[in-house]
Amino acid sequence: MFALAASNLSKKFDQLTAVDQVSFEVKKGEIFGFLGPNGAGKTTTINMLTGLARPSSGKMEIAGQTVGSSMKRVQHLLGIVPDESNLYDELSGYDNLCFCASLYGMAKKERQTRAKELLDQFGLADAANRKFKAYSKGMKRKLTIAAGIIHNPEILFLDEPTTGIDVASARQIRQLITTLNQHGTTIFLTTHYIEEAERLCHRIAFIVAGKIVRCGPVEQLMSDVQDQQIMELSIEHCAPDLPRQLMALCPDSQAELTGEGVIRLYSPVPLPLAEIFSVIEKSKNELLEAKRIRPSLEEVFVRVTGIEKEKMSGNNMGRRKKQ
Amino acid sequence: MKTWIAFWNILAKDMRAYYLKPPNISWGILFPVAWTLMFFVRSQDPVDIRQLLPGVVAMSVLFGTTSMLAVTITFERRSRSFERLLLAPLDLRLLMLAKTSGAILFGLVNAFVPVVFAAFLTDISGIDWGLLLAAVVFIAVTSTFLGLFIAVSVSEVFEAQTFSNFFRFPMVFLCGLFFPLSQLPIFIRPLSYALPLTYGVDLLRQAVNNTGTMHPALALAALSGFAVILFAFSTLNVNKRWIY
Repeated sequence: MFALAASNLSKKFDQLTAVDQVSFEVKKGEIFGFLGPNGAGKTTTINMLTGLARPSSGKMEIAGQTVGSSMKRVQHLLGIVPDESNLYDELSGYDNLCFCASLYGMAKKERQTRAKELLDQFGLADAANRKFKAYSKGMKRKLTIAAGIIHNPEILFLDEPTTGIDVASARQIRQLITTLNQHGTTIFLTTHYIEEAERLCHRIAFIVAGKIVRCGPVEQLMSDVQDQQIMELSIEHCAPDLPRQLMALCPDSQAELTGEGVIRLYSPVPLPLAEIFSVIEKSKNELLEAKRIRPSLEEVFVRVTGIEKEKMSGNNMGRRKKQ
Repeated sequence: MKTWIAFWNILAKDMRAYYLKPPNISWGILFPVAWTLMFFVRSQDPVDIRQLLPGVVAMSVLFGTTSMLAVTITFERRSRSFERLLLAPLDLRLLMLAKTSGAILFGLVNAFVPVVFAAFLTDISGIDWGLLLAAVVFIAVTSTFLGLFIAVSVSEVFEAQTFSNFFRFPMVFLCGLFFPLSQLPIFIRPLSYALPLTYGVDLLRQAVNNTGTMHPALALAALSGFAVILFAFSTLNVNKRWIY
């Protein structure tokens, strides 16, 4: 049973095709990740699935119902957490939640109980009567998520829920996402952070320039790079031609400087470690550290999309910066 | 029943967040007072408050409703909190009615501020209170929907204010408030009759001084027509531009 399905979904703005013939299904009870760089079409896809945008073509099915031009009859099944916290600055956290609940027709007592319950669950009970504008960024994100689930939706859309917040809050939000999913909520998650998607999602779709380039369970996607050998070498006074020398050692390998004095070696076959260390020694570079890196979803993304790492980080995509 | 919970709460939230804020309450009081004083200062002859009353009431409602709505809706659109309403399982027309009800109430209260002032300064007996209330309600609804039309046609708050004045000031000068319609050049008169405030002012004149020039039923029908057209056009605009 699919919680939602999109078939050949497209969205055009004059000459620009923001989403191009996208098809995917999200199974009931799973966390589905939607990954791509900025401008890939993630938010436009969410907007079409939730009723803020009309597809130019294609079909959508939500909770077994085919939805046409009007989404109104299925919107009570959906919870939406946009990429920016959009609650009301002048209302308190508690009033914001009660107001959001009222939009779904919840009775006064029911919405008050639910608001209190969520404030407790999200660790915001102490700030319940504080105005939303006085909340920190992390608190705002948490309250926005709480507002998205106030009416117990079957499907929750989370658009970059941890972008721009501190590590502790992001961790708390990831924990909340897992808990919600364990309680049966289907989650459609878009994120810039590949590690986050890898950790949370059951299945992932990569979207680039409006097209889905790969979609599948995380394990299946990871199998594409399981055979890849990756080694990271930290070298003091790294000679500029050292990566080239290392590549010459192993055919089909690639070497790149990922930081100051940090070289990453990628190879489809086991790396000749003795030779590598010997080359480094002979070139009078000092090896500080050598570690084997487990291939990550990032490698899968680079491989299937062809988007280079520099471009990914330029797009604010990839690993979370340490904060 | 469930949709009315949403309707009532949107209205209550707007009242609390916007209309009952001290600056807006003081605006609602000061504005009519300022208009009345302006007439006093400019006039060479002793001023008949009762003659001024329809005009001050009309302008208080027009400026109160259009200013508030143009700001609140445009502001919520900018801060994206309006998206939250669009994503709720609510009929768009009901949602727009809920968003405008606060401004209509604000307009009604604004309208009666000059009436209360007038009660202290002159004899207001003989006013047709039923017609006055009907006139104020119909002007408030039409002006609010004009404000809605402006709010959904722009993206920025300052654009909303500029666009509001584009409608409001010509309307004030052409609706017969300052110059009787009969004194306007003949080629401008059709334009006057294309403005909702012309009918509102005539209704108010009839209610306050029994000096209206058209049948109240005709004026009420014209205001209803303007309200329906402005609301339908605004809803269509939201449906087209905001649900893109």
